[in-house]
Amino acid sequence: MRKLLFPILAILSLVLIGCPPKTESNGTSTATSNGGGEILIGEYGSMTGAEGTFGQSTHNGIMVAIDEINAAGGINGRKLKVQSEDDQSKADEAANVVTKLISQNNVVAVLGEVASSNSLAAAPICQSNKIPMITPSSTNPKVTEVGDYIFRMCFIDPYQGEAMANYFTRQVTPPVKKAAILIDVKSDYSTGLAQYFERTFVANGGTIVAKQSYAKGDSDFRSQLTAIKSAGPEVVFVPGYYTDIGQIAIQARDLGIKVPLAGGDGWESPKLIEIGGKSLEGCFYSNHYHVDDPSPAVREFVQKYKERYGATPDSLAALGYDAARVLADAMKRAGTTDEPKLRDAIAATKNFSGVTGNINLGPDRNPIGKKLVVLEIKNGQLALKAVVDPTKDAAAAGATGATGTTTAANQ
Amino acid sequence: MQTLLQNLLNGIAAGSIYALIALGYTMVYGILKLINFAHGDVFMIGAFVGYYAGGYATRHGATGSPLGAAVIMLSAMLICALLGYLNERIAYRPLRNAPRIASLITAIGVSFLLEYGGQFVFGPDPKFFPTLIEKHIITFGGIVTTNYQLIVLGVAIAFMGLLQYIVYGTKFGRAMRAVSFNFETASLMGIPTDRVISTTFMLGACLAGVAGILVGLSYPKIDPLMGVMPGLKAFVAAVLGGIGNVPGAVVGGLVIGVIESFVGGSQFSNYRDAIAFVILIVILLFRPSGLFGKYEPEKV
Repeated sequence: MRKLLFPILAILSLVLIGCPPKTESNGTSTATSNGGGEILIGEYGSMTGAEGTFGQSTHNGIMVAIDEINAAGGINGRKLKVQSEDDQSKADEAANVVTKLISQNNVVAVLGEVASSNSLAAAPICQSNKIPMITPSSTNPKVTEVGDYIFRMCFIDPYQGEAMANYFTRQVTPPVKKAAILIDVKSDYSTGLAQYFERTFVANGGTIVAKQSYAKGDSDFRSQLTAIKSAGPEVVFVPGYYTDIGQIAIQARDLGIKVPLAGGDGWESPKLIEIGGKSLEGCFYSNHYHVDDPSPAVREFVQKYKERYGATPDSLAALGYDAARVLADAMKRAGTTDEPKLRDAIAATKNFSGVTGNINLGPDRNPIGKKLVVLEIKNGQLALKAVVDPTKDAAAAGATGATGTTTAANQ
Repeated sequence: MQTLLQNLLNGIAAGSIYALIALGYTMVYGILKLINFAHGDVFMIGAFVGYYAGGYATRHGATGSPLGAAVIMLSAMLICALLGYLNERIAYRPLRNAPRIASLITAIGVSFLLEYGGQFVFGPDPKFFPTLIEKHIITFGGIVTTNYQLIVLGVAIAFMGLLQYIVYGTKFGRAMRAVSFNFETASLMGIPTDRVISTTFMLGACLAGVAGILVGLSYPKIDPLMGVMPGLKAFVAAVLGGIGNVPGAVVGGLVIGVIESFVGGSQFSNYRDAIAFVILIVILLFRPSGLFGKYEPEKV
C-alpha cells in the first residue's frame, strides 16, 4: 500500500499542474471575439495527403475573397484574418485541428472541409462550442444535420446522384440501361452518392449489374474491376476522390473496360488528368461550376484567381471563395462577431450572388436551387455536357421530383 | 472461367510482390530470430528512389528503354542495400546480445523513423511514378494482361531464383545457413558472422527495393506510408509459409495475393482484408508453424 502512495501522489500532482486554469482561457475568448482589431476566422482543410488539391484550392479561393474584403475596408472597419490548419486528409486530424482553432486560437467561425468524412468529424466540435461552421463543398447530407451551427455552400448528394442518374437514363442516346457501381467504403461521400445514384437509376428503369467496393488508400482495384467487366455494364459509376479515380481508370483500361466511368465532384482536381491521363477520355462527372462559364461573376473570379495563382480555379476554389464571402456578408449584417448572432445572420443569407450561383440558405442550412453541371473529359480538357438548373424549372419540378429538368448545354 | 483465370493472374502478380518483400522478413528472421518491422519501409524507400531516378531520366530523355529501367532498378537496389546495411549496423548490431524484445522495439522505432522521416523529406502528398517503359495491353483467350504484369512476374521469379541459388548453391549461402542453424557454433567454426548478417540484411533490402520499383511501375501512386500495409501482409505471408523458410515465403506471398484477388472480385470486396486474414488464421490453426515450417515448441 505504501509503495503505491508515491506514484499516486506523483500522478495527481502532474494532473493538477497540467491543467490550465479554465476561467482564463474563456476570458480571452470573449475579449478577442468582441474587441476591436482583426477578426480571426479558422480554416481547416486537406493541404497535404491523398486529397491535397482539395484543401489547397479551397484555401486559395478563400484567400482571394479575404483579400478582396480587406482591400475594401474589412468588416465594419476590422480586417479579416484566416488561421489555416492542415488536416492531412484525415478525419481524426480534422477533429484535432478544429479543436485547436476553437480552444486555442479562439476563432469566431470555421471554414472547411471538402471531404464529407472530415467535415463530419469536425462539425460536432463546432456545434458543441457554438461556433458557426461553413463547409464550402461537403456534399453528404449528414454534415449539416449535425446541428444548427453547420452550414454549407454546395448542393447535396441526393441531388448530385439523381442528376447523374438522370443524365445517363434520359439525356444520352441511346439511354444507358446497365450501370456498375464502385464505392470507396471508407468515405461517407462515396457511399452516400452511390446510394442516391442507384435509387434514381433504378427508378428510371435501369439496372445495377455489379456493385463493388474498395477502401481509400488501396492501390490494386483489378479484382473488383474484373468482376465489373464480366457483368457488362454500359457505364461504371465511381463516386470517389481524384487520386483513386486516376488509378482506377488506368487499371480499368488495362483490363479492357472500354465504357465510360462517371463520378461526382470528388473528381474535381487539376491532378485528376495528370494521374489518369488518356484513360479518363470520355468519362463524365458532375460539378459545381464550369470554369468557362461566360457569366460576369465567374469571369471576374477566374481573372483574379489567375492573376494571383497563375492557374485556373477549380470548383472547390470557387466554393471556398463563396463561403468566405457569405461569412463576411453575415458578419457585416450582424454587426458583431458574437457567435449566436453571427449564426442567425448566416442562416438569413438570401439571394447572395456568388460565383457558383445565387445562394439562398434554406431552413436545413443547405443552399436551395444550386446549379449543377455535367462535364466530359475530352482531349484532356473539361467539356460542358449539361446544366441542371432547378430554379428555372420550378414549375416543372413536380414532374421530375426535386431535381427539376436537365437541359442540354449549348457548347 | 475467364473471370477465374483473370483473378488468378492478378493475384499471382500482386502476390509475387508480397513474396519479394516476405523474403526479406524471412531471411532476417531465419538468421537472427528478429522481425525487422522496418522492412516494409525499405520497400517504400525503393519506390521513392525509382521515382527520383525515373524523374531524372525522364528529364534527360532517357526513359522508355529496358536498359534505362534496369539502371533505375539497380540504383534502387543499391540504395536499399546501403539502407539495410546501415539499419543493421546502427540499430540492431549494438543490441544483438540484449533481450530480443529490445531489438523488436528498435525495429518498430526504425520503421516509424523511415515513415515519418519520409513524410518530412518527400512530403506527405502522393507522388506519381514515372512511366519507365511503355505499357502494352496483351489479350489471350479472353484474359487481359499488360506487359507490366508480365515484367513484374518475370523479374520477381528471376530474383527469387537468384536468392534460392545464393542460399543453397554458394559458399556464402552455406555460411548463412550455418549462422541461422547456430550462431555461436558458426562463429567458432571461423564464419565471419557479422559480415554474414550484414549481407543478409543487404540482400533482403535489395529485394525490397526491387519490389518498390515493381509496385511503382504497376500502381503508380507512391507515398511515404505505402510500405505499411504491404509490409504487414508480407510479414503475414512469411509467417504463413513458415517464417525462416525461403520457399515458404514465396508460397505464402502468392497465397495471400491470390486469396485477396478472389475475395476482392466477389461480392464481399468490402471485407477483402478481413476475409484474407481470417483464412490465414484458419491455416495457422491447423499448421501453427506455417505451410513449410518445422514445428518447434519455443518459449516466448
